[in-house]
Amino acid sequence: MPIIDKPDGPVWKRRKTPVQLLIWFGWMVAIAITVMAWKRIAANDLLWVYMPTAGQQAVDMMQRMIPPNWSYMDKLWKPVWDTLNIATIGSVMAMAIAVPVAFAAARNTTPHKLVRAFALLIIVSTRSVNSLIWALALVFILGPGVLAGTLAIGLRSIGGCSKLLYEAIEEIDHNQVEAIEATGASRLQQMAYGILPQVMPTFAGVGVFRWDINIRQSTILGLVGAGGIGLQLSSSMNTLAWTQVSMILLVILGTVVISETVSAKVRHAII
Amino acid sequence: MSEVSAEKKFPDRWKKPPFISNPTLRWLLYVAVAVYFATAFGTMDIDWQRAWEGLPRGAEFLASFFPPSLTDSNGVHVTGTIIDGILDSIWMAILATVAGIVLSVPVGLGAARNLSPMPVYLFCRSIIAVSRTFPEVILAIFAVKLFGFGSFAGLVALSIGTIGFFAKLLAEDIETSSTSQNEAVKVTGANWFQWVNYAIQPQVMPRMIGLAMYRLDINFRESAVVGIVGGGGIGDTLKTSFERYDFSISATILIVIIVIVISLEYSSGYLRKWVQ
Repeated sequence: MPIIDKPDGPVWKRRKTPVQLLIWFGWMVAIAITVMAWKRIAANDLLWVYMPTAGQQAVDMMQRMIPPNWSYMDKLWKPVWDTLNIATIGSVMAMAIAVPVAFAAARNTTPHKLVRAFALLIIVSTRSVNSLIWALALVFILGPGVLAGTLAIGLRSIGGCSKLLYEAIEEIDHNQVEAIEATGASRLQQMAYGILPQVMPTFAGVGVFRWDINIRQSTILGLVGAGGIGLQLSSSMNTLAWTQVSMILLVILGTVVISETVSAKVRHAII
Repeated sequence: MSEVSAEKKFPDRWKKPPFISNPTLRWLLYVAVAVYFATAFGTMDIDWQRAWEGLPRGAEFLASFFPPSLTDSNGVHVTGTIIDGILDSIWMAILATVAGIVLSVPVGLGAARNLSPMPVYLFCRSIIAVSRTFPEVILAIFAVKLFGFGSFAGLVALSIGTIGFFAKLLAEDIETSSTSQNEAVKVTGANWFQWVNYAIQPQVMPRMIGLAMYRLDINFRESAVVGIVGGGGIGDTLKTSFERYDFSISATILIVIIVIVISLEYSSGYLRKWVQ
């Protein structure tokens, strides 16, 4: 905290002048970029004709949505069940693949540098592509249905889980592994008895965390035909059955709230 | 005492303790998992035959992605279209992050238990809950209904998504901020705004800048999918290429997305370390 000496006594400032100027400059650059982005979007894609009616449209849509069509619930149990299955089986599949990939990607357990590079490539490429895009591609290959959705969720989650897992493996306490090594254990035994017990709670936590995310994601896979409740959502919207849409939104809200509570409880219990 | 009983008392073989120590709970869990998977697979009605038939087609499909190219099946260059789409996504992500954060500051302040009265707290928490529940794509569908096709709809959807994310973390950070610092500023006679500005803001600011970078990263990823439902950006271009069966172009677009996502992630990670 610099104190600047002025003729009428010392003045306290939070930062030195150059630092303060640098921060101001940073803010200016950020504002300039934002303004440029706004100009670009406003010039190309902002349809002013929609603006005056947007509020009215929103009110209109709300009115059509109320009250939700409660009896439509009878037809929603199966899609909800499918959505849960997509998320759960997808997560389990992803964890089964993510664990070996993570061991191959962690600096301290990888068998070879090339293997590590390959594992990192798998992590990065599966992680960077959204599950909806995976689903779009898989529907082309496997046909519409739950299978495409499950695989899409699984593929996207491999990278998501592996990244957290290999970071956890790299942060373990090495004394324990050395102690196991000193007993004459092989590399695999070292992993099983020295490393795995240390990272097991993290693994379980990551799995549950991913499952929670996947529930959210699997509600939209139906939009591209990959099964789950999104299918009902898009067909209800296409037929302008707004009371059904609001019912589906309520169901999604309920499912997500429940899954979040469950995952928070489980993570709390494990960690 | 014979040697045999001593051996029984002190077994010389060590067994790894199970992950869940209570045996009843462990076996109940195993049974429950087995029953769940049996029913799940039983009711999933997967068309295995269709999937099986699809595999050779899948190989063909994958093969048609290579080599990634910049010309479509009619020999027209699409480099410009792809660049436009990417720029659109980038602008959308930046604006959505800024707008979302500006909107989420009041919501976040309202959702912090130590700052606001109960009714405000509940109201802000419910805003957060709703915007966190629905994936950006569903928000985008409604935004497209209201504002028409194009990046503006995507921008609205991503901004709402950002509010849920950012306001929640901001509120949690404020709730765990140091009480002694807050009280120290309060005893100087500061009013509510001065209190927030001089006691709370300096404590939460570094983490919030880091989170803003992280959210920018997420928003770019999501901007690649809101296009699928008409929200503009690179997702729009990607979907068009899929629908025209120009898979080599889809491959190019996917590679570009991956490269940008990785570079964004690294730079945001670097910046976060530097700020904190």
